[in-house]
Amino acid sequence: MNDMTRVERTVDSKAIKIAAKKVQVYYGETHAIKDVDVEIEDKTVTAFIGPSGCGKSTFLRCLNRMNDTIDICRVKGDILLDGEDIYDKRVDPVQLRAKVGMVFQKPNPFPKSIYDNVAYGPRIHGLAKNKAELDEIVEKSLRRGAIWDEVKDRLDAPGTGLSGGQQQRLCIARAIATAPEVLLMDEPCSALDPIATAQVEELIDELRSRYSVVIVTHSMQQAARVSQKTAFFHLGNLVEFGETGQIFTNPEDPRTESYITGRIG
Amino acid sequence: MALSWLLLILLALAVIGYFAGRSRALASAGGDTRDLHSLPSYYGYNVALSALVPALVVLIIWLLVQPMIVNSTVSGIIPDQAIPEGSNRGLIMSEVRRVANGLEGAVASGAMTEAQAQDGSADIETLTKTLKDAGQVLTQDITQPILVAAQKFRSMTSTGTVAMQVVVLALALLGAAFAYVRTHKEFRARNVVEQGVLALLLLAASIAILTTVGIVLSMLFETMNFFQLHSWKDFFFGSTWAPNFRGGSELSILPLLWGTLYISLIALLVAVPIGLFAAIYLSEYASGATRAIAKPLLEILAGIPTIVYGLFALLTVGPALVSMFGQGGTLGVGWMASSNAVLTAGLVMGIMLIPFVSSLSDDIINAVPQSMRDGSLGLGATHSETVRSVILPAALPGIVGAVLLAASRAIGETMIVVMAAGAIAKFSGNPFEAMTTITTRIVSQLTGDTDFASPETLVAFALGLTLFIITLGLNIFALYIVRKYREQYE
Repeated sequence: MNDMTRVERTVDSKAIKIAAKKVQVYYGETHAIKDVDVEIEDKTVTAFIGPSGCGKSTFLRCLNRMNDTIDICRVKGDILLDGEDIYDKRVDPVQLRAKVGMVFQKPNPFPKSIYDNVAYGPRIHGLAKNKAELDEIVEKSLRRGAIWDEVKDRLDAPGTGLSGGQQQRLCIARAIATAPEVLLMDEPCSALDPIATAQVEELIDELRSRYSVVIVTHSMQQAARVSQKTAFFHLGNLVEFGETGQIFTNPEDPRTESYITGRIG
Repeated sequence: MALSWLLLILLALAVIGYFAGRSRALASAGGDTRDLHSLPSYYGYNVALSALVPALVVLIIWLLVQPMIVNSTVSGIIPDQAIPEGSNRGLIMSEVRRVANGLEGAVASGAMTEAQAQDGSADIETLTKTLKDAGQVLTQDITQPILVAAQKFRSMTSTGTVAMQVVVLALALLGAAFAYVRTHKEFRARNVVEQGVLALLLLAASIAILTTVGIVLSMLFETMNFFQLHSWKDFFFGSTWAPNFRGGSELSILPLLWGTLYISLIALLVAVPIGLFAAIYLSEYASGATRAIAKPLLEILAGIPTIVYGLFALLTVGPALVSMFGQGGTLGVGWMASSNAVLTAGLVMGIMLIPFVSSLSDDIINAVPQSMRDGSLGLGATHSETVRSVILPAALPGIVGAVLLAASRAIGETMIVVMAAGAIAKFSGNPFEAMTTITTRIVSQLTGDTDFASPETLVAFALGLTLFIITLGLNIFALYIVRKYREQYE
């Protein structure tokens, strides 16, 4: 499979969804993210790649303020979502996380039924007026999560009883159900086998038509397959950010080239 | 030779065996430890264990079995007509033992020669006088059959003891010699010693289990005696608890069971919400520093002896409740006459159970994976929504298990109810009245002068067994639920 040509790469000048300027992150004394500037476009898959411990997951968690749940973590700089600073005092991180959904490394369905897993977000945010509307949201989300056909007959079964790949797609459907504008995915396929990975990757490509997707991945092939833009992180710095095709075929920075060709990392 | 000397000799043999085995192994390898199959100390342990373990096992079994054999033989030689009216073989046997001990003591203190003590045709009156002069305790007049039985008892016991010492020492020497002869550089001493240690561990585990079985069996036999004297229908289905040591008692468990369950229910109503909320605070909201201080403080409650809780109930909680609900109290309702009441005992028992519930629930809430919290927070849920809708449901089976364990402690609790609940057995829904529980009735039936042949005393065993079965059932159910919950995140 020729990874470089599979995804269409006509990048129009799309609207900027998230703009990060001079972002610094500290864990206690450790300076984990240094001066990161990045602009994430709407309806685009942006991949963050880099060796372990380079800060890509940390940066991802800044985008929906999940780092707030870690006591020793401090974030400086500006992160603008649709032009508004998400670290502004007036912004409620809880509301923000409904707009910027997140899918985690390990599938983490709640120990509830499949239906209740998906209905969880809509219920706490009051997105449905009645049961019929909720049913509709659940079905729509499961369809967009490309898992509806597999689970439609057993919506009352526990979500924990699904296979790993199904669980991860359920988690994606669960994130979609709150009608987010951005989906953050933290190594969503690292706990999955190749077949489940292919299904999730296909799903990510479909999600691009509605959402802005940011994916952290260890697999450079995966970044090349699913993303239009790629950012390469190294030791807390954003080394290079550009179109995926260019990063993988003609990187500007020697560190990017070393990583892609397997010399560092 | 006293038992302690026998044990000391065995230990000395083991120590000598250790060094002998060690040096023999080294010698067989020409002094080079690398040629040995195992480290030299293993050869030593092998000899020491071979000397010690079989000898000790035989010693313990002998000590348990010998009195039984002696007792049954001696009680067999007492003729039926020697047992007076109103007495029984067991009482005569205790007299026989007392005389035998008296003879032993008199010989030891020099008041009597060995020949005199063994003289079967000795004059009873002189003998009694000699024994009394020697300061030995006798409660009954010695009769000829008792004297004969006592002498038989003495001789059998002393023969048995000598035989035991010989057998045990021989076994120790044989074991040591066998292991010593086998000691050679090719011998797999390490494996053998580890097998031996494994057997010891197994033995320790089985003692714990066998003790439980022993407790159940002893209760079971006494309970069967009780049911021969008293109708089981009255015990399980009667409605009155009115023990009367002159006979004609009504001994029904139901009023006691009602009191037990009522007090436990109040205790759980106090302990479960407070304990659970404390656990949620500690595991979800408290900072590391707060948790480090608050958790041990809460667990101090668990270390307070229950008698102290009883005092607290009697001196503080009871009077406080009376001054609130009693005649002329703050609320002016006059519901509560005395500080001994279901409410007093239930409240204090609830306080006692708080650390129990909170500590177990805290562990269970902490066991809910962080990914659950992340998942919920990542969907835009607040912290408290996450706790309510994800963490508590996930932890619920474990929390139910914790509550059931707390319930079985409440049901078996004694001191608090003895001091705070009162002593009246009745069916009543009024929490301001005194009531009594199974445990307090066991205490009251067995304290004081008791006769282990009357149903009024034996009922304590039936009560205890019922209580044991209830709490055992609760514990098994709780463990089943907790275990089922553990499998959930795999």
